[in-house]
Amino acid sequence: MSSTASPSVVPERKALTRRQSIGLVFICTLLGAAGQIFIKTGATTSATAAPWTTLAGIWANLYAMAINPNLIGGYALYALMTVVFIFALRDEELSVVYPVISLTYVWVAGLSIWLFGETVNLPKILGVLVIVAGVGVLGMGGRK
Amino acid sequence: MTAPVAGTPIQSMVLVGIASVIGSFGALFLKTGSAKLNRGLRYLFLNGQLALGVALFVASSLAYVVGLRHGELSVLYPLVSLGYIWALLWAALFLKEPITRNKVYGLLLIVLGIVLIGVGKS
Repeated sequence: MSSTASPSVVPERKALTRRQSIGLVFICTLLGAAGQIFIKTGATTSATAAPWTTLAGIWANLYAMAINPNLIGGYALYALMTVVFIFALRDEELSVVYPVISLTYVWVAGLSIWLFGETVNLPKILGVLVIVAGVGVLGMGGRK
Repeated sequence: MTAPVAGTPIQSMVLVGIASVIGSFGALFLKTGSAKLNRGLRYLFLNGQLALGVALFVASSLAYVVGLRHGELSVLYPLVSLGYIWALLWAALFLKEPITRNKVYGLLLIVLGIVLIGVGKS
């Protein structure tokens, strides 16, 4: 390949500020949590009585999942989240961006209590907060 | 129709745990596959390790969805974070990535959080 072409005229892309990148990741946490609500709804509604022990049964199970609108919607939200996350990662360090993702655990806990009437108790609340802290510390793992 | 289960059955938790193991291998193969991406994006779809990584993510999602059929999302979703533990193990074992103090503290907190949520499940 020749690299003797005239100087490139592609304009310089303006990098996102740290605040903008973290804002994008925050949007990711909302998309991810919404995705989980759809996936849970889809998991419940796509459940069949078909057995996993026969080929026909496995096919019936997989087909019920593949055509379930909630599962399709939930995973579409995940795909969208991944794209937004890549844009957030482009200009910011993973160790800064990644811990923010753990906020998803907080939204999912809140939404499942609100929408599905799941029980709230102290161990659950503490557990979510401790996991958020753990993912935060893990995300800084590269730093000594 | 099967009767709805009020609490979170152990089988559901085990399925989500299995999903986290499969998913962590998916991440491992995406990582080893991504190292071979120097030949340009055209080869993205010819990369066996990337394809295996994606296939494992799909398999992991299937196990996860079946696990979510019964039980509480507020218990089962946090179990996904088990995947961080396996991923760190594989990274240390197969990729010789260093285990830093922060990684160990982070993992211990995640395990503690999962135990707490297990205590809180109905």
